[in-house]
Formats: sequence, C-alpha cells, structure tokens
Amino acid sequence: MNASTSGGWQDALLAHGPQAAQVLDLWRITLAVCTLVFALVLLALLVALWRAPRGTHETAPQIAPDDRKPLRRVGVAIAASTLLLLALLVGSVVTDRALAQLGLRDALHIELTGHQWWWSIHYDDPDPSRTFDTANELHLPLGRPAILTLRSGDVIHSVWMPSLAGKKDLIPGRTTTLTLRADRAGLYRGQCAEFCGAQHAWMALPVSVDEPARFDAWADAQRATAKPPGDELARRGQRLVLGGDCVMCHAIRGTDAGARQGPDLTHLAARGTLGAGTLPNDASHLAAWVSNPAAHKPGVNMPSATFSPDDLQAVVAYLRSLQ
Amino acid sequence: MNVHETLDRTWRDPGGFVGWFCAVNHKTIGLRFIATTFVFFAAAGALALVMRLQLARPRNDVIGPDLYNQLFTVHGTTMMFLFAVPVMQAMATYLLPLMLGSRSIAFPRLNAYAYWIYLFGCLMLYAALFCGAGPDAGWFSYVPLAGPDYSPGKRSDFWAQLITFSEMSGLLESIVIIATILKLRAPGMALHRIPLFAWAMLVTSFMVMFAMPSVMFASTALITDRLVGTHFFNPAEGGDALLWQHLFWFFGHPEVYFIFIPALGFMSQIIATFSRRPVVGYAAMVLSLIATAFMSFGLWVHHMFATNLPELGKAFFTAMSLMIALPTALQIFCWLATLATGRLVLKTPLLYVLAFFFILVLGGLSGVMLGMVPLDLQVHDTYFVVAHLHYVLIGGAVFPLIGAIYYWFPKFSGRLLDERVGKLQFWLFFIGFNLTFFPMHLLGLRGMPRRVYTYPAGMGWEGMNLLATVGAFVIALSVVLLVANVVRSVLRGTAAGDNPWGAGSLEWATSSPPSAGNFVHPPVVHGREPLWEPGAQPAVVAGLADDRREVLVTSVIDAQPDHRAIFPTPSPWPFVSAAATTLLFVASIFTPWAVVWASIPVALAVIAWFWPSVRETLAEKLLERSP
Amino acid sequence: MTRADALMVAMPGLVLAAAMLGGCEREQRRFDPATPPPMAGETIRQERNAYDVSQGKRLFRWYNCSGCHAGGGGGIGPPLIDARWRYGGETSQIVQSILHGRPGGMPAFAGRIPDEQAWKIAAYVRSMSGQLRTDVAANRGDALSSGPPESRRSREEIALDPTRPASASIAASAVSGAQR
Repeated sequence: MNASTSGGWQDALLAHGPQAAQVLDLWRITLAVCTLVFALVLLALLVALWRAPRGTHETAPQIAPDDRKPLRRVGVAIAASTLLLLALLVGSVVTDRALAQLGLRDALHIELTGHQWWWSIHYDDPDPSRTFDTANELHLPLGRPAILTLRSGDVIHSVWMPSLAGKKDLIPGRTTTLTLRADRAGLYRGQCAEFCGAQHAWMALPVSVDEPARFDAWADAQRATAKPPGDELARRGQRLVLGGDCVMCHAIRGTDAGARQGPDLTHLAARGTLGAGTLPNDASHLAAWVSNPAAHKPGVNMPSATFSPDDLQAVVAYLRSLQ
Repeated sequence: MNVHETLDRTWRDPGGFVGWFCAVNHKTIGLRFIATTFVFFAAAGALALVMRLQLARPRNDVIGPDLYNQLFTVHGTTMMFLFAVPVMQAMATYLLPLMLGSRSIAFPRLNAYAYWIYLFGCLMLYAALFCGAGPDAGWFSYVPLAGPDYSPGKRSDFWAQLITFSEMSGLLESIVIIATILKLRAPGMALHRIPLFAWAMLVTSFMVMFAMPSVMFASTALITDRLVGTHFFNPAEGGDALLWQHLFWFFGHPEVYFIFIPALGFMSQIIATFSRRPVVGYAAMVLSLIATAFMSFGLWVHHMFATNLPELGKAFFTAMSLMIALPTALQIFCWLATLATGRLVLKTPLLYVLAFFFILVLGGLSGVMLGMVPLDLQVHDTYFVVAHLHYVLIGGAVFPLIGAIYYWFPKFSGRLLDERVGKLQFWLFFIGFNLTFFPMHLLGLRGMPRRVYTYPAGMGWEGMNLLATVGAFVIALSVVLLVANVVRSVLRGTAAGDNPWGAGSLEWATSSPPSAGNFVHPPVVHGREPLWEPGAQPAVVAGLADDRREVLVTSVIDAQPDHRAIFPTPSPWPFVSAAATTLLFVASIFTPWAVVWASIPVALAVIAWFWPSVRETLAEKLLERSP
Repeated sequence: MTRADALMVAMPGLVLAAAMLGGCEREQRRFDPATPPPMAGETIRQERNAYDVSQGKRLFRWYNCSGCHAGGGGGIGPPLIDARWRYGGETSQIVQSILHGRPGGMPAFAGRIPDEQAWKIAAYVRSMSGQLRTDVAANRGDALSSGPPESRRSREEIALDPTRPASASIAASAVSGAQR
C-alpha cells in the first residue's frame, strides 16, 4: 500500500466520504472568510502606515485628540466582524447537524479497540456466528455507512481517517462512536491522533474501501478459521509457532492459540502491512519483524524471537500461509 | 551626603556573595527573572532544533522515540510554564513600580521568593531531563498515559511537581502585581489613568488567581494517583480520564491568555510612544481586556471536541471561542486607528509590533477555524494546531515581547540596542518564523498528526518538513543575533538618556537605569500620559523619608494618599525558604512522608523570615513621631 | 559582573552536571536489551529499572498469572505478596519457578515466555512483597484495586515456607544466580 496506488489516502483536503466532504465544504467557506478578513486587516495596516506622517522622538505628542471619527470606524469594523463570526457559527452548527444526520440504515457495526500501538477490530453481526475479529487493517464496503464503536484497552487514542471523516478519541472507561461512509473505493490510511506513548508515530490504520461483492468475499475469508499449512516447511513453522512464545499473546483461530494481548494472526498474510502500518507485509519484512520488532518499532511490547535462521524461514512460511 | 546618595543607599541591595542571595529590590529581581526566562527560552529552543533535525527527513534516526517524546514534552512545558508566563510577570515586576510612580513593588520579599521558587523548578526539570527522567507525556500530560500504570518511574512526577513550582511562583507574583497596581500608585493616578500595560497585568493577575488552582489540584491529584494510589483518574474505580482534561484545560485555556494579555499591554505602550499619541479608545481597550479575561474561562472544552461530550454542549464552546475574537479585534482596530492618526517613528520596537498584526491575526483566524467543531475534528492534534499555537503565541506574545525588550532595554541598562542589527534580527525572525510554521498548516490538513517522532516516506510531507527545519535554524540565527546585540550594547552601546523614545509614561521620568529608589521625589499624576501633559502643581510628593524604606500607599480607585508604609529590607530568608520548599517538593516526589518532615524546615525558614526586628520597629516608631 | 554573579551562573551547570554523572538507571527505557543472566550476588538489573518492573506487571496481567495467583493473594497457586516462599524468594529462584515450573502445579514457561520477560515478571513479583525500592516498584494499575500499590507495600522479610519440606533442600542449592 502506498500513496501512488491511491489518491490522497490520508488527506483532509481530498474528501472521499460525506463526513469529510461536509467538513471540506465548511473549510472552504471559512478559509475564504478568514482570508478576506486577513487581507482587510493587512490592507488597513498598510493604508495606516502609508498615510500617517512620519515623526521622530522629539515630535510633540498629541495629548487629547478628537477620536470620535476613528472610534466610529472601529465600531463599524466590530459590527462587521460580529456578523462574520455569527455567519461562521451558523455554518459550524449546520455542519454539525449534517454530520450527525448521516443515514445509518443498513449500517455495518464495527468495534474498534485501541491498544499501545495497534488496533483490534471486531466486525459485529446480528447473527453471532458471522462476527469475526481482525487487527490493524480496516475494510469498509463502498457506499454503506459504518458505525464504529470505539474503546481503548489502555490509554487515550484517537482514530483519524482524514479522507473519510473527522477524528474521534478512544477513551478508557468510555465508549465513543464514529459514523462514516466511504464513497470511493480504494486504499486509505488512518492514524492514531492522540499521543499514546513511545510508538504513537507508528500506529497507523490502513483502510481498504471495497466494492460490496469484494467486501463480502473478504469478510467470508476473514470469518473462516486458518487453513492448515500446505507444505512441510509451513507445517514445521506451525509447530514452532504453536510451541513457542507467539501463542502467549496472539490468536490463530482454528488452532489452540487463543490469546488476545496482541493482534489476531488468523489472516495475517491478507494484510498489507505489519505492525500497524510500520512495515510492508512481505517475506523479508516479516522475517525482520518477527526476529526483532524493536529494531523497527522501538518500545513495542512484542519481544524478539530467538529462532535459528532455518526455523525463522519455517515460521515465516507458516505465517505467510495465513491468508 | 545628598538625598540621591541617601536614597540609593537605603534602597539598594547588599553587595558580596551572601548579599546576592538577599536581594529584594524589584529591579534586581526583575532583571534576574527576565534573564532566567530567556535562558530557558533558549534551552527549549535548542530542544526544538533537535526535534526539527529529526523531522527533516522521513524515517530519520537522529534521535529515537523515547528521547524525542521527552524533548517535545520539555520544550512545551518550558515554553508554557517556564518562559511565556513568567517572563510577562518578570517584565511587570521591573516596570510596574516605575510606571505607577512608586519606589517599590508590593511585598518585595515575597517577590524574591517567587523568583527563587521558579528558578529551582527550572533546575529540577532540566536535571530530570539530563538524567533521562524528563517527562515524556506531553506538556499537558494526559492521563492515563501520564498515570501510574503507563508512565513508570518518576518522569511524570517531575512534570507534576514542576507545575507546583511554577504555579506557586505565578500565584505569588500575581498577588504581588495586584497589590502593587491597586495600592502603590502615585497620587492622582486614578484607575482610569493607569497605563494600559498596568491594566493588562491587573487583569492577567486576577485570571491567574482563578485559573491556577485548577491545575494545582489536577497535578496534585496526579501525584497522589502515582505516589499513593488514589483513583482520581482510574475509571475502574470510579475515576475518569476526562476529569484530567477538564481540570487541566479549565486552567490551560486561560493560561494562553496569561501569555497573550500582557503582550497586548506591551503593544499599547509601544504603539502610543511610536505614534506620538495615546491609544485610541482607552475605555474600549480596558473593557476589551476585561472581556477577554472573563470569556477565556468559557472556552476550555474546545480542546476536547474529539471526545464523547454532548454535541450541543460543544456548540456552546464554539460560540464562545468565536466570540472571544471580538475584544481582541476591538483592540486591533483601535491600534490601527492609533497608527493611522499618529506620527509614526519606524524603529525596531514598532517593527515587532507591526509583525503582530500579520502573525497574530493569522493565528487568530486559524483559531477561529479550530473553534468550529467540524473543522476541529479534522485538524485537532495535527500540525495545523502546532502552526496555530505558534502563530498566536509567538506572534501574539514573543514578537511584542522582543519589541518590548528593544523598547525598555535603554531603561534597564542605560544603553540603546543597535538599530541596524535590530532590524536585521527582526527580518530574520519574521522570515524564519513564517518559513517554519506556515507550512505546518498544510501539513496538518494533509494528514500529519502531532507528536510523532518520524513519519513514512511518500506521504507528501517531506518538503514541508524540510522547509520547517530550515526556518527553525533561521529563527535560531535571529535569536543569536538578539543575544549578541544585547551583549554588545551592554558593553559598548550608545548611552540612552532618561527618555530616548520621548515616551509619556512615568518609568521614563527616572534615570536610565533607574536609581535604587526609583524616584527621588515620587510624582503626582494629572493625566494618562504624565510626561506628555503640561505640568500642574503639585508635581511631586514631598516628605517621604529617604533613610528608611518608606513607600506611599494610596487608595484603590482614586489613588488618594492613604498612609506611609515601611517596606522590608533585604533578607536571606526568601532564598532559604525557597530552598526548603524545593526540598519539600522534590522529596515528596519520592515519598509522601516528605510532606510531613520536610515541612519543618519550611516552617522554620518562614518563621525566621517574618520574625520582627526590634531595631526596625523602633526606627518605624521614631519615624511616626517625627517624620 | 561580580564574582557572585559568575558563581550563580555556574551553579545551574554544576547541578546539571551532578545529575548527569549520577545517572538515572531507574528511568532508562531499554527497549531491546541484550539479556545476559546476572551473576550471583549482583543486584538484578530489572529491579533497578521502573520500566522493566512496570512491564513485568503488564506481563503478569497478560499471561494470566492471576488465574492461579490472583492479584498476589493466591488461590489455586500460593500467594505472592507474603514473605513465605516454597522455592525461594530471590529473583533467580522466582525466574526458575517461572521458566521450569514447580511441583504442585506451576507450569514451566520456558520456550513460552522469553527469558528477559521472565526476569521482568520476577522483578514485579518481588515488588508485590515490597522487596523493591519504592521509586522502582510499580504504582497502582488502572484496574480494580486489589490492594495498596506495590510501591507502598512494606518490605516482607523473605523466609522459606516452613510447612514445605522441599524448602530446605531448595534453599541449600539455589544460591548461585541463574542455573539453567
């Protein structure tokens, strides 16, 4: 996933959903008003500087000048400023209401939980057998609203996908909600926007907006448990993973691994990045990440692995099989 | 011995090594205070340069995340708590008695204590930083990140205790400033005649007294959560993470006005002098300051728009955040009118004032944008906010402050700063500042969050970050030039004379630098610009003793002479009390028992401070009988 | 500038220099430490570092040590907050217990928990009975309270559990550092 494969994937000025678009409209109006005010103030300053005669420190000061005319002008300027601010206030409130009135019929319900420094994502469904968990990559169906219920597992985080919507904080002890809809298929990037510790910088949330059919296919694949590994190398890798320390934190549905302290790995290989957007997800980066995560994301809670090079190859082969 | 020499001997601070610690003269303390704040301004600026080096390129490895997080936290904490607010109070400490026609500031020993407490707080924070224990949770230290579970060690405790130090210093300085402005004015200087800078400091000091207790409580609750296991911010046991944000920002928003409003005072003084006329609309200006102060207490939730507070409630804070632009706009329009109807003297202080109109207005407009909830939800916690806050703080406070330094430096030192270097330095600062911070508006809109130690390549952020880094070094060069200008002028600058700018306020009636007792004959005032108005009898106060520290105390509204007070002499006890208080504060980071045991030296020092002196009491009684 | 002024300018420098020389091992964040086991008698590195102890607390929670030991009060497993230790209360002995298990139900976590993490957990476990300096020990967690924060617990004198006959021989053999 990189910027060249998508347009404006983490950019508030390129809105690809109604929430972001409404904010962008308000932004354009506000920018125009503020630029006008700025230009007028600068103009007034330049006119004052140009017209006022020059003096020196010996110039006799004016003691009690008649300021009625200047004060009247100041009054007019204040009245105009008040009206402009009122207009902006109205714009702000109208946009607020519009954001709150996003149609939520047939909305997808997603629970997003923020952790230091990754995201766990639970896709909800009225039928409990169709819910599933994933991590660190959000998929949204094109044109269908989504309600994100936001929680935090530790400190305050904030989910921000600027091309789609404004941000919302994830606050421990509270549940917050973000509603959005994506109207253009493609790859986007969100990022944690509330300082959350050492690796706040690398807590990204890649977002894939898929056509409905493609989204359904993805969801079905995610619901499935992990396929048993095909070749001997991957089988050896599975034995190493299930017999080692990975399973103390990670879950791989379909095996005995069920811990939830780290991201769910059941479909790791289907994700585009590793470490919540830190590294691209390919064999060499996966090997580097597994053997020493702290070299790429210092402070991360995942320890280094002590696999021999052959064992590491097997482990990577297994993990790459988790499509 | 003539009256000048007697007065000087009475009011000056003792010399020698021990005498250095006993100083209580407001000018001595004021200059020390101003110099110390600038040292820490430079220190925090150096930290910023390191951060900018790290951010110049994507995935850079100049420093790692742990050090970066400490740097941005200490940069923000220093600038907000150890530079911007204290420097304004320090300038007031020096200038107010002179501007108001008094021989002294109120409570001189308390003023000294407030300086020492501030200094010890600075030293504690930087010792912690050099020790690898610098706080690393941001300058507003949100919980739970800064709480006991997610900030191990003592880093956040040093932050919380730094708050205690700086808030104590700020509160005590506010008491001193309010008392000085209300009770120690020259006869005839009624409240409607005090300089606009004095109004600004009066309003600011009242704001400080109402706002600082909130952060004192918050930081104390954080310390007790971390030290003894209280649950103020623990949701599992009935606490609330958002409680911190409310408590902090209830203080934090007014705090930026503690920084901004005194700078508005500087603006008024400089514009009046360099337009050769009083500012248009004195009453409007005063009411604007008061309105800004009141309104600033109603804005704090605009820092919390991304939380799950009710939407309608947030809209009220939008309304207030927009409304507060109006009193400031009123001040700006009055200044523009003053410039338009004056006779302009385009020297360096005025250049800095003119920069305000560009930079602060731009920052204020980005503030209007941030005050609107939907826009804030996109740009909150991004580089857009970093741009905004630097535009309003540097444009709104630092530029006027440097202009004020150029303006009052002749009074502090008796020398003029070099005009040519001043103009060069100004342009470097202006250009460097805009180069650094303007691109950040766009960076935020294009998706770069704040407080990140690095960023990926290919986001379109590289160019703007590099530009910002270059600009930061231009600013650094400008600051170096300012320091060089100051040093050179102190050593061999042109002599200034009493009133080199031909200004109208009372501080310019003293010598440059003023003698220890400020005024041999304290003036009587008949108008707003005493040095510009033709003299009227009586012009001076006669009868104050010059061999005792006698100060005339006047009434609050009309400055009628009320009584003569004998003011305290130099004393080592403010320093000793501050050292004991420091021991109490620092020890209580490590054990709650310090609150008990370390209170004892504080009590002893304060008792010694206030112990009445038989000799002084006898001298006062003699003075009462035969003045 | 008088001599007093010069000294005053130098004083902050002296304070800062003192701080730097003193160092602050408590505050280092060693994100990717090399993990040589400590020698006998050496003060355990993790027990001098607040970040390591805090990570130990986090791992104690994540690896569900509370499933048997509760918040230190014990249940299926023995309590960890008191002074009585069946297999020794020195850090290396606790690491042994974690990595190699003990008779009676303590599982062996070697190969499941990396060695460095075991040392951090052991350091945290020691703080539960107040063995660590108060400035290094963990503070209260952001969870339901299960007792005073570890940093406020008074130091229990470690003794072997007299009711367990195994203790005597354990005590005799478990003196020298980490034996694996």
